[in-house]
Amino acid sequence: MKSLLLVLVPLVAAALAALWPWNRTRPWFLPAAGLVHTVLSFWLFFNPPAVEQAAWLAFDPLARAVLPVVSLLFLVCAWYGVSYLRIRGERPNRVFIAALLAVLGLLSAGHQARHLGLLWIFTEAVTLAAVPLLHFNGTPRAFEATWKYLLVGGTGIALSLLGSLCLGYASLHGGGDGNLTFVALIEQGAGLSRPWVLIAWVLLLVGYGTKMGLAPMHTWKPEAYGEAAGIVGAILAGGVTSVAFTAILRVRAVVGAAGQGAIADHTLLAIGLFSMLVAALFLLGTRDFKRMLAYSSVEHMGILTLGASLGRAGVAAALFHVWTNSLTKGTLFLSAGNIRRAAGSASMDAVRGMSVITPRSAAIFVTGMFAVTACPPFGPFFSQLCVLRAALETGHGAATAMFLGCLLLAFFGLTRVVFGIVDGRPRTAAKVDRKRFVETAGVLLPPLVLLGLSLWLGLFLPRVLSDAWFAAAAQLYPTP
Amino acid sequence: MMNSNLNLLIGLAMGLNLLALGTSRLPALIRAMSAQGVILGVMPILMGHELDWQVVLVALATVAGKGLLIPSLLRRAMRTAQIDRELEPQIGFVASMLLGAAGTIAALALTHQLPLLPEHTGSLLVPGALATVLTGFILLIGRPKAISQVCGYLILENGIYLFGLLLIKAMPLLVEAGVLLDLTVGVFIIGIIVDRIQRAFDSLDTRKLTTLHE
Repeated sequence: MKSLLLVLVPLVAAALAALWPWNRTRPWFLPAAGLVHTVLSFWLFFNPPAVEQAAWLAFDPLARAVLPVVSLLFLVCAWYGVSYLRIRGERPNRVFIAALLAVLGLLSAGHQARHLGLLWIFTEAVTLAAVPLLHFNGTPRAFEATWKYLLVGGTGIALSLLGSLCLGYASLHGGGDGNLTFVALIEQGAGLSRPWVLIAWVLLLVGYGTKMGLAPMHTWKPEAYGEAAGIVGAILAGGVTSVAFTAILRVRAVVGAAGQGAIADHTLLAIGLFSMLVAALFLLGTRDFKRMLAYSSVEHMGILTLGASLGRAGVAAALFHVWTNSLTKGTLFLSAGNIRRAAGSASMDAVRGMSVITPRSAAIFVTGMFAVTACPPFGPFFSQLCVLRAALETGHGAATAMFLGCLLLAFFGLTRVVFGIVDGRPRTAAKVDRKRFVETAGVLLPPLVLLGLSLWLGLFLPRVLSDAWFAAAAQLYPTP
Repeated sequence: MMNSNLNLLIGLAMGLNLLALGTSRLPALIRAMSAQGVILGVMPILMGHELDWQVVLVALATVAGKGLLIPSLLRRAMRTAQIDRELEPQIGFVASMLLGAAGTIAALALTHQLPLLPEHTGSLLVPGALATVLTGFILLIGRPKAISQVCGYLILENGIYLFGLLLIKAMPLLVEAGVLLDLTVGVFIIGIIVDRIQRAFDSLDTRKLTTLHE
């Protein structure tokens, strides 16, 4: 029952926020709902409910391994959101806040969906609910970004429905009774029709991979993240992508049960490495620090996919990386949002000397950049080390080498852009505008807290967390 | 008997695919698309299952949504945005038609390789679905205008719906979920209208959406 509350609380809050008449006080719905959601999801994390196998929606080990970090990220972003929406007081925020809360509720549902069709419905609903978030600024560029997001994302989501239908047909052809819960599909296992399973796998991987932003289906990401507010970028990169990732994991378990696990792992490995490579190359070329974050996100989705191809240990490592990546990306998006606001532009060509104009945000941004490029002792270093170890243990030497090469290229690309905007002498015009943006605690503490959490995951990883990741991996790989 | 009626309709829908690929006028594209929507809508009723309320509901929703509501919204968007009625293709009309025809043949050939349930052998549902999805893709890629992209998306969606008809009896939920795709289309069109009201945008040509290029 509590697991259903995770879905209902944000949705009810969204409805209330939509009805609330006062623009000034409406933002408080965000942290309020976020707090209740976080308390609930951590309560469920520490007291995992017994999961009924046939349930369509449940807080199962996989949801337990991912959902708490989504609510944590949302809570911190919501706190930031209150200050952000105060700065943006001139814009009506009714739709924005309602959509943001709806996204949280639908994400919670998507993470807990144990039914092929239900999972698709929630992913589609999240896609649609995020549209007003991207269009919040109402500029032509924001419209353009929203259009691309909806067109590419919508095509991806349509393909994943086609894939779901093919998997349904595979089950029907194998004598299935129309039960599309993942448990039933896994039970049917080798009874699923092989050609249909493979077609379904390709379509579902492309479809949910588009939602995740894997190359070459990542084209919506730089536009959307480049134009969206920092808080939206953080939630898209840390929350929405993770639901697509768990969708791929759940489908992968079915394909594995049907005896096609080796093919699935090969495709995951290939698409993961390809995403890392494409992202690394674009990182070397981009001149916009918000688009840079998008490419960095593509790179990390590649790491997750790579991890997912490496069996049980790899999946556990990938789930670890979901946590560290979400928190660290949150830091980067929020501090980049501050810098963008103060600088008035996101391009390296126009922005310089931010360490003078916004010294604190710039410091957080630089530290976050080092964290995300896997500098110890931050969390991403350890999670990527786990992925690396899983790759070496399963004998993927060439993949490991490529992985490390891409990390190095990405490091060059990120440092180039970050130091390009932080260092140097600020433009005189920027000095005049300086009063436009004040670094209050409300916009500094949230990214700092996320950075602290990332550091904490690196230094003092609690046993209960890694146990949760391994339990989720065991759910997906019944036999190691 | 029922298979031959159904196949006739699927054949019609596949013909409309080629029409959509070959036309150079936006209103004709919208007409082809809405005719396809109506044909798709009546199919579940002709499929010979005893008529339960779920099947009728899917049929009604499809005819209303794909056949009437969305086309009329599109026409309205076209008027509000005062869009030029000519389609300027990135993939030429003849080339698109040839691609579509080749795709249809490939879909028929592929279907022979796939294992089908005995009640579905000899039905054109699978090749029809694949050919329609492909048509949607060609339109999405080959027609840069926003409204024609929406039409392409809708035809892609029609293909998925056709495939869904295979499963309408066994897994109605999955098929009904496809209605959400219509919602996506709705958001697209609302996007066009809202954007038009907010500001002037020369011709809604997505090729001009290039401010954000790397």
